[in-house]
Amino acid sequence: MGFEPKSTILDSDQIRRAIKRISHEITERNRGLTGVVVVGIRRRGVYLAARIAKYLESIEDTTVPVGALDITLYRDDFQVASNNAPVVGTTEIKEDIHDRIVVLVDDVLYTGRTVRAALDELIDFGRPQQIQLAVLVDRGHRELPIKADYVGKNVPTSENEQVEVRLTELDGKDEVILGEVTS
Amino acid sequence: MKRLDRKDLLGLEGMSAEELKLILDTAQSFREISERPVKKVPALRGKTVVNLFFEPSTRTRASFELAEKRLSADNVNISKSTSSVVKGESLRDTAENLQAMKIDVIVIRHSASGAPHFLASLLDASVINAGDGAHEHPTQGLLDVFTLRDKLGDLNDKKIVIVGDIAHSRVARSNIFGLVTLGARVTVCGPPTMMPVKIEDLGVSVETDLRRAVEGADAVNVLRVQLERQNVNLFPSLAEYSVIYGVNKDIVAGMKPDGVVLHPGPMNRGVEISHDVADSDRAVILQQVTNGVAVRMAVLYLICEGARESAFDEPAEVEQQLNTKSV
Repeated sequence: MGFEPKSTILDSDQIRRAIKRISHEITERNRGLTGVVVVGIRRRGVYLAARIAKYLESIEDTTVPVGALDITLYRDDFQVASNNAPVVGTTEIKEDIHDRIVVLVDDVLYTGRTVRAALDELIDFGRPQQIQLAVLVDRGHRELPIKADYVGKNVPTSENEQVEVRLTELDGKDEVILGEVTS
Repeated sequence: MKRLDRKDLLGLEGMSAEELKLILDTAQSFREISERPVKKVPALRGKTVVNLFFEPSTRTRASFELAEKRLSADNVNISKSTSSVVKGESLRDTAENLQAMKIDVIVIRHSASGAPHFLASLLDASVINAGDGAHEHPTQGLLDVFTLRDKLGDLNDKKIVIVGDIAHSRVARSNIFGLVTLGARVTVCGPPTMMPVKIEDLGVSVETDLRRAVEGADAVNVLRVQLERQNVNLFPSLAEYSVIYGVNKDIVAGMKPDGVVLHPGPMNRGVEISHDVADSDRAVILQQVTNGVAVRMAVLYLICEGARESAFDEPAEVEQQLNTKSV
């Protein structure tokens, strides 16, 4: 299965501004950063979470703990055949999240199933006071009742399109591309 | 490589370096689960595992049981003394009856080499070998390799010594297969009466003098003297064995300064390993036990995933739906 790029949704400057804005929104909505923990969903959410935490720290001059979730073991499609099941990665939640405000970070919000899995996994670590969701791109087509609190960009897509997020840490540069899935 | 294309795990013989690394990497991720406040993930929810133990075991059995529970699988434990085996039921009938109850995985320990292979060819359920006679004990081999890799990094060209009763040891054989495949230099050491003929053919070197064997070694894996498997006297006395082949402080001093000592348990303290070595910080024996749970979780997860793959052989359409950014 291939991927044919059609257009750039966000370039590196736009990604930087979006993450900065989201960071300000997080600070504003929570009236500061008391109790805030940022948790990224593997893989790209983790890098976005680290960037958000860095901005948050510069906005409020405080430290913000960062964690990582690997949701592979909480997927709802284990019983269904798929050839793209990822290798299981490590979850790192070092902070006690009980009574904290957890900001969950992912790159693309689509069906909502990843977020569902992440919520289940997070709650196995404790009972946060609140869980909020930040995504770089919301492309619609939800299959579960899930909504993001902070969105970098809303992008209307069709179901046979694909959104690819590329980040410097993994892919050498920052960009979000909309493309067509080719068989 | 992302998946293990196997229905069963019967031994490490013939397993590729790629397959070994997939299991070890997956185990690395699973290790963290046992550190959580809630030590459980839903990955194998709805799967049924039977632990069929025809030989006594504390570690392996508890380790498998915990691994299954931490993956949310349901499990049933059967041991020889409490089963219909005492009424004379054959292994085949026992296994077929269990399969008739629609189970997914059988973990079997048996005193006969090849018993797990027999079941694997007979059953649709996956079979995991938890030790068969003097043949193999693959999950022990994997957890030893995992612990060694954790301590020493890449095992390529590392010198690993296995000391003790090589002939009767399934742990030795699984270790040899795994370590040689990953490029380690393996030396086996033990009394000539406990050394199989042509063991060199497995790619190891043989040394009967323990002091010479451990010279510059990165690790020594000390095998248990298996008193229960000895019908004939293979050495004159335990005291003599301890003097010539016991791993003590002096022996450890001959290894590399940061070399580690492994033991699969249960230890005969004062026989094959001295008290001071067993309790020293060079010994990684309890870390092996901790890692054992993670390794068995990885094996169960990958075997169930592999079995699922072969159950669905027309994935194109489903895959299309699933091949998305989100799950």
